[in-house]
Amino acid sequence: MIKRLGTGLAVMWAAATASYLALLLAPGDTVDILVGEGADTPEIRAEIIAEWGLDRPEAVQYLDYLWRLLHGDLGRSYQLDRGVGEILASQAGPTAQLTLAAAAIGVTLAGVIAVATAGRGRWLRGAASAAELVSVSVPPFLIGILLLSVFSFTLGWFPVSGAAGPQALVLPALALGLPIAGVLGQVLRGGLERALEQPFAVTARARGLTERALVARHALRHALLPAVTLAGWFTGALLGGAVITEVLFGRPGLGQIAMQAVTGRDMPVVMAVVLLSAAVYVTISTLLDLSYRAIDPRIGG
Amino acid sequence: MTVNAAPPAVRTLLAAEDLRVSFVGTEVVRGISLSVAPGECVAIVGESGSGKSVTARSLLGLAGPGSVVRAGAFRIAGRDALGFGPGDWRRLRGRFAGLVLQDALVSLDPLRTVGAEIGEVLAVHDAVPRARRTERTLELLASVGVPDPAARARQYPHQLSGGLRQRVLIASAIAAEPELIIADEPTTALDVTVQAQILRLLAERKAGGTALLLISHDLAVVASIADRVLVMKDGRTVEEGPTGQVLSAPEHPYTRSLLAAVPSAASRGTRLSTAPPLVGAAARTAGESPAVGGGPRTAAELPPAGGGVRVAGEPPPVGRAVSRAWPVLAGVGLSKSYGARTVVDEVSFVLHEGETLGIVGESGSGKTTLARLALGLLEPDAGRVSLHRRPWSGVPERGRRPLRPRIQLISQNPLDSFHPRHTVGRLIAEPLSLSVSASLSASLSASASASRSLSRGERRDRVLDLLARVGLGPEVAGRHPRELSGGQRQRVAIARALGPRPDVLVCDEPVSALDVSIQAQVLDLLAEIQAEYGTAMLFISHDLGVVHHVSDRVLVMKDGQVVEEGDVEQVFTRPRHAYARALVAAVPRLPRARDVNVT
Repeated sequence: MIKRLGTGLAVMWAAATASYLALLLAPGDTVDILVGEGADTPEIRAEIIAEWGLDRPEAVQYLDYLWRLLHGDLGRSYQLDRGVGEILASQAGPTAQLTLAAAAIGVTLAGVIAVATAGRGRWLRGAASAAELVSVSVPPFLIGILLLSVFSFTLGWFPVSGAAGPQALVLPALALGLPIAGVLGQVLRGGLERALEQPFAVTARARGLTERALVARHALRHALLPAVTLAGWFTGALLGGAVITEVLFGRPGLGQIAMQAVTGRDMPVVMAVVLLSAAVYVTISTLLDLSYRAIDPRIGG
Repeated sequence: MTVNAAPPAVRTLLAAEDLRVSFVGTEVVRGISLSVAPGECVAIVGESGSGKSVTARSLLGLAGPGSVVRAGAFRIAGRDALGFGPGDWRRLRGRFAGLVLQDALVSLDPLRTVGAEIGEVLAVHDAVPRARRTERTLELLASVGVPDPAARARQYPHQLSGGLRQRVLIASAIAAEPELIIADEPTTALDVTVQAQILRLLAERKAGGTALLLISHDLAVVASIADRVLVMKDGRTVEEGPTGQVLSAPEHPYTRSLLAAVPSAASRGTRLSTAPPLVGAAARTAGESPAVGGGPRTAAELPPAGGGVRVAGEPPPVGRAVSRAWPVLAGVGLSKSYGARTVVDEVSFVLHEGETLGIVGESGSGKTTLARLALGLLEPDAGRVSLHRRPWSGVPERGRRPLRPRIQLISQNPLDSFHPRHTVGRLIAEPLSLSVSASLSASLSASASASRSLSRGERRDRVLDLLARVGLGPEVAGRHPRELSGGQRQRVAIARALGPRPDVLVCDEPVSALDVSIQAQVLDLLAEIQAEYGTAMLFISHDLGVVHHVSDRVLVMKDGQVVEEGDVEQVFTRPRHAYARALVAAVPRLPRARDVNVT
């Protein structure tokens, strides 16, 4: 457990350092960004440099940045002139809603399709396989545009943009969740089919179990093992996809903030988003690692 | 088709006439008739691919996806099974007949506790009230001889020993008190002493009135428990009758060859297989000879190819010469530990020129670790190994490399040791291109100049030559290992091992994965090679019959230590150590009737 915590901290440190280096290497002068559209005189420039401590050596600035991070201070946004922590806190809610809803849709769809089609006839399997392939290979923004044009513009069932109410959540969550359902569904079905061919499945059938009971009590747990190893990809797909989905559907959230920060070179915000993603990634993969042990008693012990 | 007319007084549990099972047009069971009465043990014996397992599973409606089962008549528990739907079959499974498969490590769900597995049968058939399920599970575990059932029920299959797991599997099969147990190779993955315990357990159930349908490749296992035997080959019954009659006075040539192929004390120094294994031996080139040391041999000395049919029971064509003067491989005081576990504990051995040293022991006794130490793949923690009286352990790999061709390995599953994308020809050629030491003396003087690379043509000739030596035709060179049968693969492994002309072959369970008739051919081949080239063999096996057949001397290992050592006859007839005595006593035996085997 201590080792795991150490690894997590190392990942966080690496993310912080990498984003800091990216800031250093980024083209353009930080002072230019801070001056922005305002009055540009040597006096104002000197004032800005003094205020942000930009005259210090880069190593000192880096250490100062790490020191402030350790105290939970994420810095101030160049553009919005607000604390970065405050900005993230206000925007994390809608993003959490979106990603959790998308994850729920992805996992549920994948589970239902896999259980319904594992080991069944050629046509059913083929159709499910094709649907999965399409959902995986079509980029999420295209899925989003399709969903919008059908259900919002044509049918008018759902709002085109915004985050008002659960109705506004349906289409973006679908756009983000479908590709996940595609990949997860294939992995789950493969796992189920492998499990149903194992000798223990013959033993279980010989006890008089129905196929449904065999899947529910035996095979599903075996199929979960390969699915859990996808955790890293899964988290990455949700976080990366959230940026695009939020912009496309005009939803507030971390994705929007990240997008604006990148275009405006608001580096404190970009770095904070990177750090937050790393933290989420570390937490989720730790949780899933632990669940792996709970699913398979043969591991670790 | 013959119909098993059971005596009318006895109620028949199960009767099938002209049972046929096919998969996508290919018929694998081609008209089997069998019946089982209460308290009776019927055995189906056959080699892999004979259709015995499919027959057994079709009796539970579990022949598998894509199977079509037909029969002239098919009655189970007094009902006509020909019209059974999925629900009818399900109600029979577990309740009327319990199934015990091979290797409980995979036949029990590895992710569930063994208690849950047994409880499941009770739940599905509502065998006992819900409140009594746990209690009944523990009773069942106790009844199959599992000690401390309450603690065991909470464990997972991988936490139990092979014997305990198999007992659990039997407990789950009998949980709903079925009238019939179908046991498909129930002891195949087990050590011999554990096998004896499981057979005793099945015999107890039979004595209690449960009928038993036993599927096995092992005639000796069948001999100890079955009342009637069906011998199957290619989906058909070739012979059937009371066990004693079939095993001691077999009528069909196939049954006779099966019986003759079983290695044992009586078969020492004789051939096990009847058919000549050599195919395409004519492809051997006249100029090249695979002979080691003894100079080129003439064609007259080679085993006959195709022309003379050799018969089981005959002595091998060339006599054996064991020279006790020259120890080719020796280990002194070898120890190896992994963490706190000592796997090999102060083991010493000597292997002389042309000799076979058998190493027997049950799983976990340290046999394979000893083989790895002997091969110089593992460094001992203490003690040393020498090859040709030169240090073989404790030297850098660079020092070992010139001698590597002199010691080769034949493993249990050659497929794992083959590169799956290479052809057989390439697999055999690979060690040839590494180093070709012209003779033993050249290699001992460690002159690197004695090694030269073979030309393409020479290498190809040598590959074909080696293939011919192990009884494979030149066409095999172009195939991939997956396309070959188990016996052919082991022949390829032997050809590859012979390529560098070794003085020592380390054989680690070389025939354990093979059918008895294929095993017989491979053992005969190894005997021929030893007779021809004087190769010394370190022969590791859990099968006492095989070790008795091939070995000159034997080491018996238990928990990493050598508990008994000596001449093969002495160890097998007058074992001194209690464990060796128990091991020898646990071997199931065939009725002594070898005289009927000679045609």
